[in-house]
Amino acid sequence: MTAPAMTAPAFAAFAPFTLLGAVTILVMLLIAIRRDHHLVALSTIAGLLLCCIALPLAAPASPVAVTKLFIIDGAALFYAGLVLVSALVVAVLSWIYLDRVGEGPREEYYLLLLTATLGAAILPASVHFASFFLGIETLGISLLGLIAYAGPRGAGAEAGTKYLILSGAASAFLLFGMALIYAAFGSMSFDRIGALAHQAGPADLYRLVGIALILAGVAFKLSLVPFHMWTPDVYEGAPAPVTAFIAVVSKIAVFAVILRFFALAGGHADASLRAGIAAVAILSMLAGNLLALLQTNVKRLLAYSSIAHLGYLLVAFLAAPALGVDAAAYYLAAYAVTSLGAFGIIALLSAPGAERDADRIEDYRGLFRTRPFLAASFAFMLLSLAGMPPTMGFIAKFYLVVAGVGSAMFWLVAALVLGSVIGLFYYLRVLIAMGLPPLQEDDPARRLRVPISGSALIGIITVVLVVLGTYPAPVISLIKVMLG
Amino acid sequence: MILFWLLIFPAIGGGLAWIAGGRNPDAPRWVSIAVLTLELLMALPLIGAAAAPGHGAWIAQLDAPWIPQLGISFELDLDGLSLVLILLTIVLSLICVVISWTEITDRSGLFHANLLWTTTGVIGVFLALDLFLFFFFWELMLVPMYFMIALWGHENRSYAAIKFFLFTQGSGLLMLVSILVLVFSHQHATGDLTFNYFALLGTKMSPTTGFLLMLGFFIAFAVKLPAVPFHTWLPDAHTEAPTAGSVLLAGILLKTGAYGLIRFVVPLFPAAAHAFAPVAMVLAVAGILYGALLAYGQNDLKRLVAYSSISHMGFVLLGVFAWSTLALQGVVAQMVAHGISTGALFVLVGALQERIHTRDMRRMGGLWGQVPRLSACGMFFAVASLGLPGLGNFIGEFLILLGSFRASVVFTVIATFGLVAAAAYSLLLVQRAFHGAVQEPTHHHTIADLSPPHLAVMAVLVVAIVGLGLYPQPVFDEVAPGLSAVQHSAAVSASLPQHVAERAP
Repeated sequence: MTAPAMTAPAFAAFAPFTLLGAVTILVMLLIAIRRDHHLVALSTIAGLLLCCIALPLAAPASPVAVTKLFIIDGAALFYAGLVLVSALVVAVLSWIYLDRVGEGPREEYYLLLLTATLGAAILPASVHFASFFLGIETLGISLLGLIAYAGPRGAGAEAGTKYLILSGAASAFLLFGMALIYAAFGSMSFDRIGALAHQAGPADLYRLVGIALILAGVAFKLSLVPFHMWTPDVYEGAPAPVTAFIAVVSKIAVFAVILRFFALAGGHADASLRAGIAAVAILSMLAGNLLALLQTNVKRLLAYSSIAHLGYLLVAFLAAPALGVDAAAYYLAAYAVTSLGAFGIIALLSAPGAERDADRIEDYRGLFRTRPFLAASFAFMLLSLAGMPPTMGFIAKFYLVVAGVGSAMFWLVAALVLGSVIGLFYYLRVLIAMGLPPLQEDDPARRLRVPISGSALIGIITVVLVVLGTYPAPVISLIKVMLG
Repeated sequence: MILFWLLIFPAIGGGLAWIAGGRNPDAPRWVSIAVLTLELLMALPLIGAAAAPGHGAWIAQLDAPWIPQLGISFELDLDGLSLVLILLTIVLSLICVVISWTEITDRSGLFHANLLWTTTGVIGVFLALDLFLFFFFWELMLVPMYFMIALWGHENRSYAAIKFFLFTQGSGLLMLVSILVLVFSHQHATGDLTFNYFALLGTKMSPTTGFLLMLGFFIAFAVKLPAVPFHTWLPDAHTEAPTAGSVLLAGILLKTGAYGLIRFVVPLFPAAAHAFAPVAMVLAVAGILYGALLAYGQNDLKRLVAYSSISHMGFVLLGVFAWSTLALQGVVAQMVAHGISTGALFVLVGALQERIHTRDMRRMGGLWGQVPRLSACGMFFAVASLGLPGLGNFIGEFLILLGSFRASVVFTVIATFGLVAAAAYSLLLVQRAFHGAVQEPTHHHTIADLSPPHLAVMAVLVVAIVGLGLYPQPVFDEVAPGLSAVQHSAAVSASLPQHVAERAP
C-alpha cells in the first residue's frame, strides 16, 4: 500500500478534511477582519455542516490511501462523521452558551474548536505515527485553550493547567513508545509494524513495550484507570460545551485510531497485552462506577461515568473483530448521542457568568416541574447511560454483551454487569432529584432563558436517541457497510 | 397486526395522557380510561377464538424484521395463557386509573403516562417470543414503574424505588447473559444466529451449561416472582408505592415472573429444570411459610398484604416446578386470583390511608361501625386470600397442592401448613383493623365510606373472584392449549416422557 503521490481519487476522498482546514483558516481571517460573535459562530456552524455534507460525497472514492499518512476507508469516514457531527452539535451549544456572556472576546473559541475538530477528524484515518501524533497533539493543544476559555471563572485555568501537565506526560509516553517501535523496525507505518511483528528476537520485545507505552499514553486521553485522575477536575472546570467536546469528540477520535493501530500492529495476538487491557477495563468499570457514587456534582458524576463507559468499550476492543468492531462503532455512536444530550442540557441550564455551571445535583431538583421538556430529555439521557430501553444506550450495552459473550470473555462481562448495577445507583439519584420539589422557589438559574434553538437541538438529540434505540437496524446496517 | 395495536396503543395513550395533563389535571384520567377501554374491546374478541389450524396453540402471531443483522425479529405471539394475563393486566390498569382519581392530584399527566407505559411493557412481556424483544420489554416495564414509586410514593420512596430497580435490573442482566450464551450455543450447533424462541427450543448444550443458563433465567424470574431469598425488595416497594403502583406491582408485575418460569425456564431447559426442581420446591415452601409468618407479624397493613404475596407466590413456584397439568392450571388460577384479591386489598388499604392517614393497624380498630362497606369488602378479600372454598384463591391453591402431591408428598404437606398460617394472618387483619375498640384517630370525626367509583371497582373484583371460585372452567379451557403446548415442547426438547418432573423426589 504505497501511495507516494496524491492521486485524483485521493484528493476527492480527502476533500472533507481539506475543507475543514480551509474553514479553519477562513474563520481565522474572518476574526481578523470583523469581531462579531454571531457571525463567527454561524460561519463555524456552517463550515462544519459543509464538512458533514462532504463526507458522504467522499465515500465513493474510498478506500484509498492518501500519502503514507492516511487511509480513507469506511471506518475513517464513519468515525470522522461522528466527530464532525458531534463537533457541530458542540458548536451550536457553544454559540448559545457564549452568547450569554454578553461581552468580551469570544471569537477565538471557535478557532480552537475548529482546530481541535481537525485534529480529531484526521485521527481515525491515520495509519502512521506521524499523523497519529500530529492529530493527537493538534487535538490536545487546542483542547487546552478551550478548557481554560472560561471567561470570568478561575476554575478553567486550574483545569487547563492540570490538563496541560498530565497531557504532556501522556505525550511523552506516546512518543517513547513510538520511538521504541521505530528503533525495532525502522518504520512508523502501522501495517509495516504488523508485518514485522511476532518474529522472535529482541525487536519483538521492543514492539511489545512500545505498544504498551502507546496504550498508556492513549489511556490517559481516554481517561482509563489508572490514568484517569485528571478527568473529574477537567470535566468540572471546563465550560459545559467544552466538557461535551472532551467527553465525546476526543474520545471517539482517539478510540478509533487506537482500534486501527492495535488491529494493524498485530496487538490482538499478544496475550500479555490483552491481559493488561482486560485488567484496565475491569478497573475502569469498577473504579469509575464506585467513585461516581460519591459525587454530588453532576459534571464530576458524568466524568466518572465516562471512565466506566470507556471501560465497557474495552470489552468491544478485546472481542473477536467480527463482533467487536461493530459493537464498538455502535457503542461510540450511542455514547456520542447520549453524552452530547446530557452535557448539552447542562450547558443550556448554565450561565457562564455564574460562579459555576449548573452542575450540583441540587440544581436539578424540581426540574420536572420547572422545565418538563428538558427534564424528560435528561431522563432519557440518564436512562441511556444506564443502558435502559428504549434508548440507544440499551442497544449499545446489549451489543457489548453480545461481543463479550460471543468472544467468551466472561470475566469482562461479569465486571460489565456488576458495573452497570452499581451505575444505576447514581443515575437514579439524579433522576429522583429531578422529581423532587425544588429547594428554593426563586433561584436565579430558573429565570435563565433557554433559547428555542437549544430546545430544538436537545429535542432532535432525544428523538434520535429513542428512535435509534427502538429501531437500530439502519445504524447497524450502516456500520456493517462502512466497517464490515 | 392486532397484537401490534394491543402493544402500541397504551404507549401512544401514555404520550397523549402526558400532553393532556398540561391542559387539565382530569384529562389524563379520561384519556387513560378511553385507551384502556379500547384496549379491552380489542382483547375481548380474542377470547375463545380458536387457534388457526397448523398454528398450534397460537391465537394470533406477528413476525416482522427488527434487527436482522443480529437475528432479532419483532415476534409477538398470543396464546390462551398470554391472553388471560393480558386481560388481567388491562382490567387492573383500568382499576388503577379509577382508584387514583382522588389520590393522585400532582402531575396527573405524567402519572398516567407512567401507568400506561407500565401496561405497555407488561403486555410486551406477555407477547414477545423473541428473546431479545422479551428482554427489551422486561427492562422497559421497570422504568415507568420506578418513576411511579419514586415520584408518587410514600415516606421512604427513594430507597424502595432504587431497591426495586436494582434487584430487577441486576437479575435482568444475568438473564441477558444467559440469553446470549444460549443464542451462541445455538449458533455454534446450527450456524444460525437467532433470538427466536421456537428456534431456540431444544438447543443442544452440555448439562452444566444448561444448568447455569437455567439458573440465570430462574434468578431473574425468581426476583420478580418473588421467591425467597430474592424477595427483600418487595415489602419495601409495595409499601412505599402509591396505591395504583402497589396494585400494578402485586397484580401484574409479579405475574411476569411466573409467566417467565412457565414460558421460558422449563421449556428451554427441561433437563436442568428437572434437576433443579427439588431446590426450587424448597424455595417455594420456604417462601410460603416465611411469607405467612412475617405477614402475621406486621403492624403496617400494606406490609402485611405484601408479605402475604410472597406466601401466595410460593404456591405458584411450587406448582410450576411440579409441572403437571393440574398444578399448572392451579398456577394460572392462583395468578389470576392473587391479582384480583391482593389488588383489591391494596385498593382498600389505599382508601383507608386516604381517610385516616395511617396504615398502622395499632391505630385502627372498630372501623366496621364507621365504614361498613369498606370493612365488609376488606373482610371478603381477606377470606378470599386465606383460601375460602368458593372463591378463586381456593381453586388455585387446591389445584397446586393436588398437582404437586404426585411430584412430592413432603413439600406438599409442608406447603399445606401455609394455608393455616394464611387463615391466621387474614383473620388477624380483619380483627385488628375492622373489629375491636375504636381507636384514637377515628374517634372524634366521622370518616367517609367507600365512594361509588370505589364500590364499582369492588363489585367488579368480587364478581370476578366469585366467578373464578365457582366456575373456573372457562379460564382452564382458555389456557389449556397453551399449557399443553409448553408441556409438550418441554417434553420434546428433553426427549423425555411428558410430566417429567412428576417423578421428582
